[in-house]
Amino acid sequence: MKLKMKELRRALYIFATEKTVGFTLISIFLGLVVGALFLAVAGFNPFRAYWIMLQGIFAKPSYISYTIIRATPLILTGLSIAFAFKTGLFNIGAEGQFIIGSVAATAAGYFLHLPLLIHIPVVIISAVLAAGIWGGLAGFFKAKFGVHEVISTIMLNWVALYFQNFLIYTKGFQKPGGETSYSIQPTANMMILKTWKQSEAGREWLLQHPFWKDLLRTPMNWGFVIAILMAVLVWFILNKTALGFRLRAVGFNKFAAEYGGINVNKNMIISMFIAGALAGLAGALQVVGVSHKVTLIAAMEGYGFDGIAVALIANSNAMGCILAGLLFGALKYGGAKIQPFMQAPSEVVSIVIGSIVFFISIPKLIKLILTRKSKKGGTK
Amino acid sequence: MGYENVTQSLTKIIEMKNITKKFGDFVANDSVNLDVFKGKVHALLGENGAGKSTLMNILYGLYSPTSGEILINGKKVEITNPNIAIEHGIGMVHQHFMLVKPFTVTQNIILGQEPVSKMSVLNMKKALKDVKEISERYGLYVDPNAKIEDISVGMQQRVEILKALYRGAEILILDEPTAVLTPQEIVELIQIIKNLTKEGKSIILISHKLKEIIDAADFCLIIRRGKHIDTVVVPETNEEGLASKMVGREVSFVVDKKVKVAGDEIFSIKDLVVKDNRDIVAVDKLNISIKKGEILGLAGIDGNGQTELLEAITGLRKVESGEIKINDNNITNNTPFQVINKKISHIPEDRQKRGLVLDFDISENTILENYYKNPFARKGILNYNNIRVYAKELIDKFDVRPKEESKMARTLSGGNQQKVIIAREVSNDPDLLIAAQPTRGLDVGAIEFVHKSLIDQRDNDKAVFLISFELDEIMNVSDRIAVIYEGKIVGIVDAKDAEVEKLGLMMAGGGSK
Repeated sequence: MKLKMKELRRALYIFATEKTVGFTLISIFLGLVVGALFLAVAGFNPFRAYWIMLQGIFAKPSYISYTIIRATPLILTGLSIAFAFKTGLFNIGAEGQFIIGSVAATAAGYFLHLPLLIHIPVVIISAVLAAGIWGGLAGFFKAKFGVHEVISTIMLNWVALYFQNFLIYTKGFQKPGGETSYSIQPTANMMILKTWKQSEAGREWLLQHPFWKDLLRTPMNWGFVIAILMAVLVWFILNKTALGFRLRAVGFNKFAAEYGGINVNKNMIISMFIAGALAGLAGALQVVGVSHKVTLIAAMEGYGFDGIAVALIANSNAMGCILAGLLFGALKYGGAKIQPFMQAPSEVVSIVIGSIVFFISIPKLIKLILTRKSKKGGTK
Repeated sequence: MGYENVTQSLTKIIEMKNITKKFGDFVANDSVNLDVFKGKVHALLGENGAGKSTLMNILYGLYSPTSGEILINGKKVEITNPNIAIEHGIGMVHQHFMLVKPFTVTQNIILGQEPVSKMSVLNMKKALKDVKEISERYGLYVDPNAKIEDISVGMQQRVEILKALYRGAEILILDEPTAVLTPQEIVELIQIIKNLTKEGKSIILISHKLKEIIDAADFCLIIRRGKHIDTVVVPETNEEGLASKMVGREVSFVVDKKVKVAGDEIFSIKDLVVKDNRDIVAVDKLNISIKKGEILGLAGIDGNGQTELLEAITGLRKVESGEIKINDNNITNNTPFQVINKKISHIPEDRQKRGLVLDFDISENTILENYYKNPFARKGILNYNNIRVYAKELIDKFDVRPKEESKMARTLSGGNQQKVIIAREVSNDPDLLIAAQPTRGLDVGAIEFVHKSLIDQRDNDKAVFLISFELDEIMNVSDRIAVIYEGKIVGIVDAKDAEVEKLGLMMAGGGSK
């Protein structure tokens, strides 16, 4: 029996320290434990809170749909940051790139009048290009003037924020009487079965099919599929293409890359362009799939910053970003429900997420805890 | 006389008894014994990866031994971390220096043990005085106010030694201390070691260079593949004796080289001017030319413009004026990409910084310059099958170990990292191969291999430009020798007429033109 415990600890140690997935799962578990402690100290039953959260995510088709909708932009901003990470850059600017993407999408969606099947791609491409250039700007500043990308992207975030607010008060873009822009044309709307849902026949059919009715209640759209495709694309570019080889070489060792004939400056700009494009895509999908407009924002909405946490949890792995983004979306969506149901503060979700990132950033601590345990187990 | 007799009257300061260290199934140290005596130099000799550093890391508290014990001044001790080692008077000078570059010499020396006056205010005056005192006592002259980033590698090493002495070290571990030094600096270091032992300090000298062990050490422990081979009294042996014990076979010190008549001039540099990072002229109207089938050696002391010259040729640094030509193509101020495509290959001075992407595997490193070309990539998509096949080929041909193309470059020993670089560069089939310090830090076996690769290039009618601080290497391998001093070529001689004394004098700027 004793031996078995020892073996178990040993297995756990290997799982937690040598396999990154295992390590991530343990960090997530510990993050949830920390959240539970906070809830317990505040006088709430953590098991009940987590149960409500779980129900809030899975109990109804619409809940799952909302979770996915919440996760979609986070997957993409996570990919944006993970991509930059892999190439040796720290993109704090996903926030601003997201804003530029959504502004460009709104503009292209409102001002242009195009047929249905063309309009959405045009909107998305203009947003991706605009945000790509916005991100590439930080790469350019670094290549040309040696400005660190952390500084320039933070600054560009604020520029983007106030640029959006400025546009919202601009005649022709502002919807009269509101602190919001005009909505995009129906041809640019990517919601699934949008017109049919509101049609007579549709409403009648949905009345008889409660599952679908509940599911289609949500602004369900193609964004999630696009996000998954992007994760595959990012993985492919990084690992299977000459461009990815160049970018990774620059990221791991720019001196060796330079020596090998790789243009370091050019590749830094390319990398920031792609990172910006991914964050911009998140903004565009949010507009065409969910919000259909941009509104006045007083502070950063946090899509880009949450993306940093997503990338960290995913260990900058493209496929991992899908899972981390879903986890994040689920925690945020499900976590919001503990407030109305048991008056527990939903901010506890931020504590959980913060703790997960914290545990992931300090693999040594977890190693230490586990070695202490297995050492004690060994001497007894 | 024998080891037992010689050591009878000496005071043992450290005893490491039957030290065994296993990493999984791998035995890095197998019942190794080491005694260190007060005021004596004990060398630790072995090939790359023989287990020298493991043994020293155990003594310095970085690893704990699987079995065996350590006694200091006759008392058993448990050294579980470097702080305990320092408390016991053990100081270590690592091969890669641990200095804060923007700090001054004094700031680095006192770091962590700053002298303070009342109210915890840093007492810089006392610090300067202390540093000056130690440096004079042991003949370790340094400018206490110079910044680390502005002083030579040799000086940085002195700072490391001073740092250990400032912390009260009685036993100094020097890990491959001469790997980065010029011939003159090596002579100076050996003098410093003698000064230290005269003052009663004990030295453990890790090395695979036989000459300096003969010159500096009293005793020598030889380790081969983790096993304790022998401890010898150095004055009773010679280089050949040490080498055969280290490698386990007879080693030839003569480079095997046929006579060869060089062909036409293929590479030339005219009136080249290059500035260094501080914007000071480092290469000053330099002229050089290399013929097909010739090895031109560039002798000189570190910091006389060699690095800047290399970087200018390979496109890593801007040329102020002058002209670089290969095969009648002007390549002045070309990008590295263009230079590579003009059939110039380069074994860089710093293999970990420039030569390899350490987080790439061997196969990715073998295509660092050719990743975009057929058959490694087509239409921008990499073909990993072809890349692996190519890497396997090179691994076999150049005997890289382990023979696994998916091993990260980081996990290879220094000698094998160098083999990967040489394999890649030679396989590019260059017209000019530039080899900068190609054997730095390598053991006897690996050095033989590198020299053979360079001579093969020359025998295939290619031009080779060898830059080295090891005068022996330059003299053995080159056909002609150019000497650089303060960015200028101060003399060119035929290797067969070269004399060490004359070259040494020219390297120090005292040569006749």
